[in-house]
Amino acid sequence: MSRVIVMTSGKGGVGKTTVTANLGTALARLGRSVVVVDADFGLRNLDLLLGLENRVVYTALEVIAGECRLEQALVKDKRTPNLSLLPAAQTRNKTAVHPDQMRQLIEKLASSHDYVLIDCPAGIEQGFRNAIAGANEAIIITTPEVAAVRDADRVVGLLEAAQISSTQLIVNRLRPDMVAAGQMMSVEDVVEVLAIPLVGIIPEDREVIVSTNKGEPIVLSANPTLAAQAIQRIARRLEGEVVEFPKLASLGESFWERAKRFLNQKVL
Amino acid sequence: MLLDFLVQLFSRHSGNSREQAKQRLKLILAHDRANLSPAALESMRLEILGVVSRYVELDSEGMQFHLATEGGATALIANLPIRRVKPLETGLSHSEDEKA
Repeated sequence: MSRVIVMTSGKGGVGKTTVTANLGTALARLGRSVVVVDADFGLRNLDLLLGLENRVVYTALEVIAGECRLEQALVKDKRTPNLSLLPAAQTRNKTAVHPDQMRQLIEKLASSHDYVLIDCPAGIEQGFRNAIAGANEAIIITTPEVAAVRDADRVVGLLEAAQISSTQLIVNRLRPDMVAAGQMMSVEDVVEVLAIPLVGIIPEDREVIVSTNKGEPIVLSANPTLAAQAIQRIARRLEGEVVEFPKLASLGESFWERAKRFLNQKVL
Repeated sequence: MLLDFLVQLFSRHSGNSREQAKQRLKLILAHDRANLSPAALESMRLEILGVVSRYVELDSEGMQFHLATEGGATALIANLPIRRVKPLETGLSHSEDEKA
């Protein structure tokens, strides 16, 4: 039985697409067949973060319109053999597709993959309804900021109403130093407010920007950063493994790491 | 490290914004979830105050009346400090006397 998980947040800019690209890659590297679906019609980005933008020929829209077969639209990632991408159309907007058409498309993908990860657009309008149409689970991504958590709570309510059976939480871009200083909500604070189970904590990571510049997911790095390790742990948790959450302090850079980075910057 | 420590030391004085964020969220989420209009909330507040005031004299200074969330549930939090209890001339106990 394959798992269809919609990655959603309500608010934009919290890292949905980055987490989707990396979690898909991490699951594929655990040996699962994974397809990541860009459901952000009109504003697609998942292809860019995976570095697959030059290989997009057809999109989900042509598949839905019957202009090509599903297999023709799937872009296989050569670096990660079990991973493929179903790109969104860039030319049309979110109203070009209906939830029923999405559901059919996702059903087809589910029959041939272990995981279908759907990258949901920001907002709670038609794009959101399309993205959740075929899903049976959801992962909510938020940052420890009031606006992001408020929007996440709204989405939790909408997912409940749409009868999505399981909704789990990822707290992204956590800054342990700021939490310790009383300047940022902790993971416990966010979990207490949203009251849904936690599946991952990802610390803020400068490497994410570098990796998106290159189109290489951070989990592919030979020296995975703390954020990359956090995403690898999420993949293992989805696989049913019990993986402990590391202590807050160990999610931040140590003094020596910071000093090293400082020196590197000065030298370069 | 020393800088972090100093920031932490002085941030105590300027208040803990982490705690502020959490409290503001709890309040706003309670209102979002309840989907109760400010007008309806105000009318409920006045009605409840009316009933309570029949029995006790309230201190309007320290009065609190708001929605809050705790672990996924929404609650109405009313904190109504009592200045003094009114002599029982109306209300429930009076009607019970009549019955007896």
